[in-house]
Amino acid sequence: MATVFEKPKSLTNAPFHYCPGCPHGIIHRLVAEVMDELGIEGKAIGVAPVGCAVMAYDYFACDMIEAPHGRAPAVATGIKRCRPENVVFTYQGDGDLASIGMAETVHSAARNENITVIFVNNAIYGMTGGQMAPTSLPGQVTQTSPYGRDVQHCGWPIRVSEMLATLEGPEYITRVAVNNVKNVRNAKKAIKKAFENQIQGKGFSLVEVVSACPTNWGMTPESALKWIETDMLPYYPIGVYKDRSAAKEEA
Amino acid sequence: MIKVTFNTDMCKGCALCVGACPKGCLAIAADKLNGKGYSPAFIKYQDKCIGCAFCATMCPDCIITVEK
Repeated sequence: MATVFEKPKSLTNAPFHYCPGCPHGIIHRLVAEVMDELGIEGKAIGVAPVGCAVMAYDYFACDMIEAPHGRAPAVATGIKRCRPENVVFTYQGDGDLASIGMAETVHSAARNENITVIFVNNAIYGMTGGQMAPTSLPGQVTQTSPYGRDVQHCGWPIRVSEMLATLEGPEYITRVAVNNVKNVRNAKKAIKKAFENQIQGKGFSLVEVVSACPTNWGMTPESALKWIETDMLPYYPIGVYKDRSAAKEEA
Repeated sequence: MIKVTFNTDMCKGCALCVGACPKGCLAIAADKLNGKGYSPAFIKYQDKCIGCAFCATMCPDCIITVEK
């Protein structure tokens, strides 16, 4: 019997602590599958964030380091500059990357550090109990915006991919989603390309994954995936926002 | 022969696999509880399965193995 699908070897046997239906598990698996396919498990170094994915170091079978809140790209910069032969990636949420870690993110992109960033955008602070994040949608009800996000008072949500794509520095900026099978498969392709870019020495690659938080959105896992489609993707459209190598080939 | 196996003890009963199955083969065992206290998913109609692994693609806890 041939195996069509099994758990990738780059994931440990530790059970995920995530809530039922949390797409973090899917995104972890995609990263692990890419590590398996590229055969880089032995030389990959991951940087875990602060947030729901804080315990990612228990789940990936490669070496992992825990960074202070938001500082994962800075820590990854240090690792990659000291050990250029290793494949270095960060795995961050929106509270980590787009709020407290915005400076580190923007400057590592501007410097075109040769690292891979996996950015999970679920429009809310998950671990701390569902507070408003910089990526929460206008009108979105959270613990700290019980009447919905008022953009006159709280400002507008940040589109990280579009913003970083305006910089000269980064090599590859893309946004994918994990709300259905097709998008999950496309997300894997984008993550693979982001890792390949690093192996080929091309530079900073960021994959923004539009994800869900069923618990803090107050939805069932399935309706949360529908909410991605109906509410999140219109504000955060899927697409490749910057791909310097492809642009060069075309020119 | 297609074989779909669930690591039932690790299942959290989120039912994303049930929604992803194009043939409606899967269901949640509402009358059972696993060690975590969740009602786990299981394959109700093995004969209708086409081995597409959509269920495993959407499973957030990597508990599904598909063989054929």
